[in-house]
Amino acid sequence: MIRMEDKIGVFICTGYGIAEALDVDALCKVATEEYSVPFCTTVDSCEGPGLDSINEAIEAQSLNKVVIAGISPRRYVDHQFPTAVIVEKIALREHVVWCQPAGEEDTQMLAEDYLRMYITKIQKMGFLEPFQPEEDIDTSILVVGGGVAGITAALEAAAAGYEVKLVEKTAELGGWLAKQHKSVPTRPPYRELEDTGVDELIARVQADPRIQVYTSATTGAIEGAPGLFDVTLKSAGNGKPVDEAIDKFRVGAIIQATGWTPKDPREDLEYGKLDDVIRNVELEALVKDKGRIVRPSDGKEVKSIAFIQCGGSAAKEHHSYCSSICCLTSLKQALYLRESDDDAKAYIFYEFIRTPGQYEDFYRRVQEDPGVFLTRGEVVDVTRNEDGGLTVTVRNTMPGEHIQVNVDLVVLAAGMVPNSADGEAIRALEDAKLKATDGKSGAQQKEAAEKVEQLARHEGTEILNLAYRQGPDLPTLEYDFPDSHFICFPYESRRTGIYPTGAVRQPMDGLAAREDAGGAALQAIQCIEMTSRGEAVHPRSGDKSYPDFFLQRCTQCKRCTEECPFGVLDEDAKGTPLLRATRCRRCGVCMGACPERIVSFKDYSVDMVASMLKAVNVPDEWDEKPRIAAFLCENDAFPALDLAGQHRIQFSPFVRVIPVRCLGSFNLVWVTEAISAGYDGVILIGCKYGDDYQCHFVKGSELAASRQTNVREKLEQMSMENERVELHQLQISEYERIPEIFNNFAELIEEIGMNPFKGM
Amino acid sequence: MNADAKPILVIGGGIAGITAAVEAAEVGYRVVLVEKEAYLGGRVMRMYRYFPKMCPPTCGFEINARRIRQNPRIVVHTQSTVEELSGTAGDFKVRIRKRPRYVTGKCSVDDSVLERLTSTRVNDFNQGMDETKALYYPHDMAYPPIHVLDREALSEADEELLKEICPPEALDLEMEEEELKIGVGAVIVATGWQPYDATKLEHLKFGKCPNVLTNVMMERLAARGGPTRGEITRPSDGKSAENVAFVQCAGSRDENHLPYCSAVCCMASMKQARYLREKNENAKATIFYIDIRAVGRLEKFYFDLLEDSNISFVKGKVAEINEHPETRDLILDVEDTLSGEKLNQTFDLVVLATGIVPNSAETKLPIELKYDDYGFIDGTTSIDGVYAAGCATRPCDVSRTTKDSTAAALKAIQCLNRGE
Ligand SMILES: Cc1cc2nc3c(=O)[nH]c(=O)nc-3n(C[C@H](O)[C@H](O)[C@H](O)COP(=O)(O)OP(=O)(O)OC[C@H]3O[C@@H](n4cnc5c(N)ncnc54)[C@H](O)[C@@H]3O)c2cc1C
Ligand code: SF4
Ligand code: SF4
Repeated sequence: MIRMEDKIGVFICTGYGIAEALDVDALCKVATEEYSVPFCTTVDSCEGPGLDSINEAIEAQSLNKVVIAGISPRRYVDHQFPTAVIVEKIALREHVVWCQPAGEEDTQMLAEDYLRMYITKIQKMGFLEPFQPEEDIDTSILVVGGGVAGITAALEAAAAGYEVKLVEKTAELGGWLAKQHKSVPTRPPYRELEDTGVDELIARVQADPRIQVYTSATTGAIEGAPGLFDVTLKSAGNGKPVDEAIDKFRVGAIIQATGWTPKDPREDLEYGKLDDVIRNVELEALVKDKGRIVRPSDGKEVKSIAFIQCGGSAAKEHHSYCSSICCLTSLKQALYLRESDDDAKAYIFYEFIRTPGQYEDFYRRVQEDPGVFLTRGEVVDVTRNEDGGLTVTVRNTMPGEHIQVNVDLVVLAAGMVPNSADGEAIRALEDAKLKATDGKSGAQQKEAAEKVEQLARHEGTEILNLAYRQGPDLPTLEYDFPDSHFICFPYESRRTGIYPTGAVRQPMDGLAAREDAGGAALQAIQCIEMTSRGEAVHPRSGDKSYPDFFLQRCTQCKRCTEECPFGVLDEDAKGTPLLRATRCRRCGVCMGACPERIVSFKDYSVDMVASMLKAVNVPDEWDEKPRIAAFLCENDAFPALDLAGQHRIQFSPFVRVIPVRCLGSFNLVWVTEAISAGYDGVILIGCKYGDDYQCHFVKGSELAASRQTNVREKLEQMSMENERVELHQLQISEYERIPEIFNNFAELIEEIGMNPFKGM
Repeated sequence: MNADAKPILVIGGGIAGITAAVEAAEVGYRVVLVEKEAYLGGRVMRMYRYFPKMCPPTCGFEINARRIRQNPRIVVHTQSTVEELSGTAGDFKVRIRKRPRYVTGKCSVDDSVLERLTSTRVNDFNQGMDETKALYYPHDMAYPPIHVLDREALSEADEELLKEICPPEALDLEMEEEELKIGVGAVIVATGWQPYDATKLEHLKFGKCPNVLTNVMMERLAARGGPTRGEITRPSDGKSAENVAFVQCAGSRDENHLPYCSAVCCMASMKQARYLREKNENAKATIFYIDIRAVGRLEKFYFDLLEDSNISFVKGKVAEINEHPETRDLILDVEDTLSGEKLNQTFDLVVLATGIVPNSAETKLPIELKYDDYGFIDGTTSIDGVYAAGCATRPCDVSRTTKDSTAAALKAIQCLNRGE
């Protein structure tokens, strides 16, 4: 591509009260005299006809870089501008005019500084060329797990025209659904049990020319990145030696549908000790295989069952999440029993019955059955009685009231545990194991040994076997479910191009799993298509920039490879980062992490931001006009600043705001740069972190916070007060806090005094 | 990828419709998104926070709005409805009616203009609890970020004033209804829900006693953009609410009203109990329930509330609510199902956990879709090429909505790719 000469144009809007509040001529002079931009003009509006005139000038003047000082960038639609032109917008209205008094010197200085900052920024920005790997992007999809979610994902992706490889560990497709006798109703009128439909699903998979099925196989290794995943399958039996490599192929994206395992039930209920205490999955198998319900201990036809739901105080200790299917399953199984014999009795003991939505109709249908007894209470005891049956003791059906029932069989509602592995923990375990033997000191070895013990449960749990520096599987969140923004963006995982679906993602019933799989198939397809266009996937969807590593200066400190929230960077033997660009989400966390400052994007770099900082006119100490640099996350805090403006909340005119892709992209050197440029302090505002994090790059704001110790060291080296750098967490809706934060900080600076480096 | 494919029509711009639209458009397909209201986002825009993370819905919405702004493949029509829909999979014809906004979007309307108007309208965004000027901004984060004029609410004097003070390119008082005719390849119906009309629950006195609210009103009371700027107060006297009752299944799980379970209101009430507790450390909440339906990972939210001694859970049905004539406190007659006792308790505010009614129960789209008895669209047996998502198909929360609308996007894409 030919390197284009920059031709910068600056448009300063006079509408929206801007001309009344600011000296527009002086602003123009900043552009034309200080920066000698080849083209600068005022426009009376930057919407509608005003925007048309800007576009006409862009064309007439052949501008390729444009700064518009007017309204917030959030008020524009991208395709209002020619695609080849870089357009930067300054929210003079929201960030200056609406929150500063008109006609004041400080207001003018603020506006002029923003102009300086953005002209500098655009000077430093390069034209983007989307990332294109040397090899072709593969458009096929690997589905790991052949249960209902995996089968559906395969069928759905194939129906959209994509080739699929479906890998199942056992010898048969179908997973748990194939082990079920009937399914709960999924269609109106939601009253009667339905066929599971699994045979038909499997037949469709087998007949689909786009789907290749591997049974008795697992993924032995997955190398590469979206569009370029190289998969090695290994045998899980089927006549072949286990673990023998049986096939190799390339895919573009991966769907993990590895399902669930029943949870071990409450120990106090004699499961495993009394033959006739079984779990719901075993009852299902009994009905499916034998077609009738017989007692495991003596083969006697079962006439009564007590179903024990999770309820009661014991539940809280035993589990912390609800499996969402056990209530429905017991209701369904009660009908199996009732259908087998008109006189049979089913007791269901519960704390809550959970049949959300139209499943309530099914609940009502079961309640109407005279042979089903639904009772709220806590089951405290199950014992064998003289008649060879079981006696169940239930507490608190009414306050203080205990009841006992004699039944032939007790069925425990066992919950679901995801078949997932915590990739990060597995990696940490490996690291600790190494350290436990090779650690530098005895203390280090001991600490590592403790860690090994702590993480022991992750030993040998690998599922996907990703050849990723950060571990072989998806990182997990609570309860071993894969990490994601599970409310708004449920499929987003921390390994680009790999999407968990079905019960491995969260507890769900079969119907939900089928829908879930369709969504995961879409995500896989979308990732392939966006990767082929060289675009980032969510949340910076469509971004064509990507990080560039100037490796000659890399010191192999491994910060970037460890901190990238998405496991993008692998390492060579020496520890040099290897960029797997199609995995990248363009958050810039690596750029923030790198002490050598070798990571940059064409349109976002350490140098660009440092130059923006330096572009600001910092008044002398005796002017008593402090300068504060504020770095705001562009996803939440920066839009919130618009809202503060919308509400006309006034705040200190001394703050200069720079939006950052993620607070995690904040590089420490910006503190040094700011202080040496004479700023009196630095504010960082990012998203909430912790268990209920809101950071769109998962770990970004948390990393920024954890790097604050280095910030403090740096300040100490410069003999600066700790308080000169502040970090805040902010939700987008808390816009009123931003002016508060700014004002308090300005007061604080007044207290501790100006930066002594000023003017040096 | 079939780059020449016809666009996908998405009806309804709530979280379901937005998700379907951006997900399909990012794959590379064109989308026409039709929304009845003047802004995108649907019901969740009126929520203060989401359970279980207690995060603001605007956080995800901002990202989605950016995805829409940046994607030339998405065309949004607000204040629009689908009047005609015919054809078959791969080849539908649509007629869209676009009501006039009277604000052109070509030039922002300054707040000083609004200040000078005297005519007002009821603010439906705040569930009718306050008013806006006849010319108004839908809400803080409105997308598209354009004012709206309620022509019917505008007085003649204000009309003259607007002509005088508003730049002519900003406003077009002669703007007419538009009719658009387009061809699309597939349709996603995401028309969402509305709260059950609580005045039908006569024994609960909504609409008669000012201190009986619905859960959707409570969301607005807690929100900064709401009628009380985020203070949870009593409508009757503006006093801070200290002792609040939540009445679960208000209409739902009741064969005389909504036989199904609305699936989200248990979580919504627990979430709102937390709003109350976060805003006022002395406040007390009592939740009267049949079952606490905190499904999946949401259960932890319930367990956490059990630790709060100011929140009580009572399994029982509220038989009747009466108002104290002077204090306007509310007296609840409850049968405690566990003890069998009749309780008689007084609260200063009552929140009815009203359920979810599909919009399609009342307003049917101009195409023969299959509905269940409650008006939810039966997703599995509808017309080929037409798919439904979100609360149009069942009462459900946002995480379920976003995933089934992603799945619907794929169905639509399959339809466009057929025969390729
Ligand atoms: C009190 C309460 C609190 C809740 N809190 C939470 C929570 O904290 N977390 C959570 O996950 N869920 C919560 N929910 C559930 C959540 O509101 C729904 O899951 C969500 O709104 C569903 O989104 P939707 O897009 O399907 O519907 P909607 O939000 O209703 O969107 C539908 C859109 O379609 C438009 N429309 C309707 N008809 C037409 C038509 N004919 N043509 C064009 N457009 C049309 C509507 O104007 C609307 O914008 C709560 C529900 C309640 C009742
Ligand atoms: S840290 Fe962010 S920008 Fe850097 S490689 Fe990882 S995903 Fe890409
Ligand atoms: S979610 Fe809870 S309050 Fe709502 S209808 Fe269901 S059981 Fe009742």
